[in-house]
Amino acid sequence: MSRMTMIEAIRDAHDVAMARDERVVVFGEDVGYFGGVFRCTAGLQKKYGKTRCFDAPISELGIVGAAVGMASYGLHPVVEIQFADYVYPAIDQIASEAARLRYRSAGDFTCPLVIRMPTGGGIFGGQTHSQSPEAFFTHVCGLKTVMPSNPQDAKGLLLAAIEDPDPVIFLEPKRLYNGPFDGHHDQPIVPWKKHDLGEVDDDYYVTPLGKAAIRRDGEAVTVLAYGTMVYVAEAAAEESGIDAEVIDLRTLLPLDIDTITESVKKTGRCLIVHEATKTGGFGAELMSQVQEACFYHLESPIIRVTGWDTPYPHAQEWDYFPGPARVIAALHQLMEE
Amino acid sequence: MSKTAPLHLRVPEPGCRPGDEPDFSDFVIPKAGEVDRPSLDVDPNAIREMAFSIIRVLNADGDAVGPWAGTLSHDELIKGLRHMLTLRIFDERMMNAQRQGKTSFYIQHLGEEAVSCAFRKALEKGDMNFPTYRQAGLLIAGGYPMVEMMNQIYSNSKDPLHGRQLPIMYSSKEHGFFSISGNLGTQFMQSVGWAMASAISGDTRIATGWIGDGSTAESDFHAALVFASTYNAPVVLNIVNNQWAISTFQGIARGGVGTFAARGHGFGIPAVRVDGNDYLAVHAVAKWASERARAGHGPTLIEHVTYRKGGHSSSDDPSAYRAKEESDAWPLGDPIERLKQHLIHEGVWSDAQHEAAEAEIRAEVIAAQKEAEANGTLGAGKLPSPRDMFEGVYETMPPHLVKQRQEAGY
Ligand SMILES: Cc1ncc(C[n+]2csc(CCOP(=O)(O)OP(=O)(O)O)c2C)c(N)n1
Repeated sequence: MSRMTMIEAIRDAHDVAMARDERVVVFGEDVGYFGGVFRCTAGLQKKYGKTRCFDAPISELGIVGAAVGMASYGLHPVVEIQFADYVYPAIDQIASEAARLRYRSAGDFTCPLVIRMPTGGGIFGGQTHSQSPEAFFTHVCGLKTVMPSNPQDAKGLLLAAIEDPDPVIFLEPKRLYNGPFDGHHDQPIVPWKKHDLGEVDDDYYVTPLGKAAIRRDGEAVTVLAYGTMVYVAEAAAEESGIDAEVIDLRTLLPLDIDTITESVKKTGRCLIVHEATKTGGFGAELMSQVQEACFYHLESPIIRVTGWDTPYPHAQEWDYFPGPARVIAALHQLMEE
Repeated sequence: MSKTAPLHLRVPEPGCRPGDEPDFSDFVIPKAGEVDRPSLDVDPNAIREMAFSIIRVLNADGDAVGPWAGTLSHDELIKGLRHMLTLRIFDERMMNAQRQGKTSFYIQHLGEEAVSCAFRKALEKGDMNFPTYRQAGLLIAGGYPMVEMMNQIYSNSKDPLHGRQLPIMYSSKEHGFFSISGNLGTQFMQSVGWAMASAISGDTRIATGWIGDGSTAESDFHAALVFASTYNAPVVLNIVNNQWAISTFQGIARGGVGTFAARGHGFGIPAVRVDGNDYLAVHAVAKWASERARAGHGPTLIEHVTYRKGGHSSSDDPSAYRAKEESDAWPLGDPIERLKQHLIHEGVWSDAQHEAAEAEIRAEVIAAQKEAEANGTLGAGKLPSPRDMFEGVYETMPPHLVKQRQEAGY
């Protein structure tokens, strides 16, 4: 075990994967010589050579399109989109090509690739460095969508994603890159290296895709969260005094509906917290699925606490990003209904 | 107040529309044999003018002339002629089958057969093509069974793609034919990625990318040139300029006065134009470009100058937007006719042999069609099971899909 930041855990996952499998290649804007703007690939070019880790032209469609070609050849490309906000030029290559290659060619060609991207807000990135586009990807059949909330999961999930025979969208909450978040906007980040959750297994291991984790046991209400919002949900549960169970989804698709259902059937109440805008967001999907599976067990309507339906603002970031206060209010509302 | 005249937008128009007299007199066609054959490691700057000329081998008399001649033997040329005839008859039968309701859709190659048939013969086993819907000649000339192609077109019980793809969107890794996407341009970029992967792996195989003149306007085209040039990818990038993108003439995507090939210049990629209706020229250029790629000299951009004689697809009526006589006025002739005349001129072929070959091939195509139709057609049934619809989205079916499949009753 070593204590690592999430950035180091992600780099370590690349390193372990590249060492054990020659087919793993890594590229994207600035990822080679410099090691990426967040340094998630630092040192890999030096260690594995320029043809296994290299800089790409600023063309997201080119990066993903090249990766689709490489994956169909038999490599396992891991590409970085510098910020999730810049993935839109590549959506066609992701949704129409990567996601459907196996299906449309009846398995003749497959697309084992990982598209990593820093996502979400909380670092004053303004509207072009803060978006949470997960719902775009979960709506596409053929993709898997993952979002870790701590270094141990980030490494294990990334290794599972690299090993996966299908395309995986790997969303990295950049707010958590350097440390866990105590859920409060005005508090500084606690460095991972001083935190229990910074403990990461050395060497190779996988955290299976499609399995949620229960972060906090409780009997009164189930809170569904992922990425940064796991910490907000935990802080809210503590401060509200309500006996909430907090589930960290980890993988959005495939979704671990069994763990969710079991919890909601036990608690009878469900709160969904995400950072992305509300309308058409992944919370709507969660709400539908919980309602379909648990209707007769529900004691109150399911509630969502999410980012507002506006572009991500710069100066008002802390009012946009859901915080414990909004979650606590929602918990009380749930308990009173 | 400015005294200049109001501005005016230029919207290019083709030389002729229905009712007009077709006129190709401003289309400059160099003589066969006129264009140089540079060395494989040529400096792209030294051959800039090749992006504006046209490499041709067959002259009006049916002679093969100049530095690009002689890449194929008579036997090989006769085989090539048979491939083109097969593709043409295959198209004819399948267009008919579409009219008879046996399938929903078809795209033919009429007038463009030389491009894919001749190109395929310059490649080696293991090379990967990333074709558009108008290069089935890569399969025919590569020996892929026609029955399989028809099973795909009919979406029948033996469809190798289980009824998931539009007709003619074939896929065969084994035959170096990448699964076709309906989204234009995407695969031009993917071919470069595949070629990069081959180079990363220290492999010896190369890739080819294919795109239509209209689709060169997609960003994927430009991204592909950037990546191919930056990483010196072992790829041959083909633009098939058949003059039309559905009803839109090539001048709309091309802009200015350049050629499509000239776009390679900004990327330092050697760029040439070839007479796409000249089987010998296409083969020679394909061989040159693929040898360049294989020898590590990187990408080549080829503009195949040809003409789409038929409609865009079975859903298109070209008489609504272009003069009926235009296809006959097309100055580069018909690829099958030209190769036939050359072989007759060489004394190794005759009208009688040609007719016999046609009859023989027609019988083969009809036999394949019967066999395929016994497996079902989209119109008359024996379709793949709806169960297949849920398979293959992922390698292992996730629980939510298993549930949906059960809900659907399979
Ligand atoms: C991204 C995308 N936009 C539009 C279409 C619809 N479409 C299909 S074929 C076609 C014309 C393509 O023309 P060109 O690239 O010249 O190829 P050609 O058909 O002449 O071989 C269009 C617009 C599509 N399939 N994909």
